[in-house]
Amino acid sequence: MDASTFHQTTTTSLTMDFINQHIQEIYFVIFCVFIGIEVISNVPAILHTPLMSGANAISGVILVGAIIVMLRVPEDDYLNLTLGGIAVFLGTLNISGGFFVTGRMLKMFSPKK
Amino acid sequence: MYAIIEVGYLIATLSFLGGLKFMSSPKKAKTGNLIAAMGMVLAVVLTFVAALTATVPYTNLIIMLLAIAIGTVIGKRLSDKVEMTGMPQLVSLFNATGGGCAMLLGLMEANQMDPATTILGNKILLIAGLITGAVALTGSIIAEQKLAGKVKDRRSKTVIFSARILLGLMLVLPVLYFFGIIPISFIAFMYVLATIAMIYGVLFVLPIGGADMPVVISLLNSITGIATAFAGFVYGNKAMIAGGIFVGAAGILLTLLMCKAMNRSLLKVLAGTFKKSKNGAVEEEQDIKEISISETALSLSYAQKVAIVPGYGLAVAQAQHVCGQLQQLLEKRNVEVDYIIHPVAGRMPGHMNVLLAEANVEYSRLKEMDEGNENMEQYDTVLVLGANDVVNPAAEDNPDSPVYGMPIIRVYESKQVIVIKRSMNKGYAGVQNDLFGLDNCSILFGDAKASLQEIVNQLKLI
Repeated sequence: MDASTFHQTTTTSLTMDFINQHIQEIYFVIFCVFIGIEVISNVPAILHTPLMSGANAISGVILVGAIIVMLRVPEDDYLNLTLGGIAVFLGTLNISGGFFVTGRMLKMFSPKK
Repeated sequence: MYAIIEVGYLIATLSFLGGLKFMSSPKKAKTGNLIAAMGMVLAVVLTFVAALTATVPYTNLIIMLLAIAIGTVIGKRLSDKVEMTGMPQLVSLFNATGGGCAMLLGLMEANQMDPATTILGNKILLIAGLITGAVALTGSIIAEQKLAGKVKDRRSKTVIFSARILLGLMLVLPVLYFFGIIPISFIAFMYVLATIAMIYGVLFVLPIGGADMPVVISLLNSITGIATAFAGFVYGNKAMIAGGIFVGAAGILLTLLMCKAMNRSLLKVLAGTFKKSKNGAVEEEQDIKEISISETALSLSYAQKVAIVPGYGLAVAQAQHVCGQLQQLLEKRNVEVDYIIHPVAGRMPGHMNVLLAEANVEYSRLKEMDEGNENMEQYDTVLVLGANDVVNPAAEDNPDSPVYGMPIIRVYESKQVIVIKRSMNKGYAGVQNDLFGLDNCSILFGDAKASLQEIVNQLKLI
């Protein structure tokens, strides 16, 4: 919708449309918030650094979004191919670095012989 | 086909949850990390598989596969190379990459979509993802630079004031835009917002001081998670939403935990301000007792229970390995050695634990603040290494002190306290430490690593 039609539609109906389309996701987000807090609050303080770097790696799932967009960029759209290439690189770096470094740290926490 | 892919994303989501769940015990955490990593690989592979039905140009595929290969190799290299003391910098850097990816995603999506047919809700989600991603990107880079000592704190009024104006703009501009008051294309508008958000990220981290870094790193981590969740909403991808929300929740939980451990509100931390001490700088003369290396070694070797309270000074001096050696020597003499760790010790949550684990200290020896405080009277000698404000009794008994109300490790309740310090310089909060004047406290002047090394040498002789 562009700016001119925006005035003709009331904000309320727009909000309702959005909620109708996304109601499942809204439920899902609310459950995720509670489950996330529940699970994470059980992590002991000694593992807070690996928790943070592991969580950091999980937020690299944004890579999935970057790939979805990249899959439909036209072959000759050089601007978006460049942006997308960088985005995929950054996302991968986030995932790979995050999981590898977390693994390295957690190895040190393993019980010694 | 569609069903298989959906089930795959479901498995990926569960693997993230399982990975985090396994983090609750040091024994299982390694497996947890592996599970989450495999879930991630699954999610990425599925995204490619889902596209098999459509025709994707080879150029795009090659660019993506190259980017993934290079990203994986560089990520592995960086994580192999990093020193445990440099962990906060690396985590910030990786956080910046996640934020950058989210920001670019917003821009690309805006470039590609047809503004006339895209519903308002999705535009708002794109804007939210773009802004949070951009703030996380530049904020994390500045945090990384500050942790590496390359950028200094800037606490001027101009910085704080400009940051507030930009924050206001980020909230108001989208509203004005959707009412048609700003006559530019949606794409152009997204670029403007990205620029504002990136500048805001810089200004928002600049005033925050070194010891407050655990708060800001946690917060930035959570912002990246939220950016991911916004993007997941746009694509209706549940693995992205769940991953993002879990990270957001972890980050916020840690942020609040860190603030509580410093007894400061998040807003105060972000503004870089401390509570002012009411009576100005009233400082009493302190009677300080010095102790020598050999006396320290002697009293450690005759103790039954010793506690070590490490702080950021331990990381700066790279003294964790000598510290581990000291512990092994003492244990040979049947001296029990525990570490008591304050939640905000170091530059990120749990930083000290990682350093000590690197020095082969068993995790059962790493005690949290509350557990240490409960048994404090049992310790014959407590060694304070590079910590200051977190052991200051003024936090409990001097309402005028800026640190008043902060939970501390009550080392003064032990039989003897030895503080290893370079000089009488004040801690981060800039206040006198009442501990140093107490009868059971002595100070060993010197560099943490060098002093520990000498104590170790002496112990070998005794």
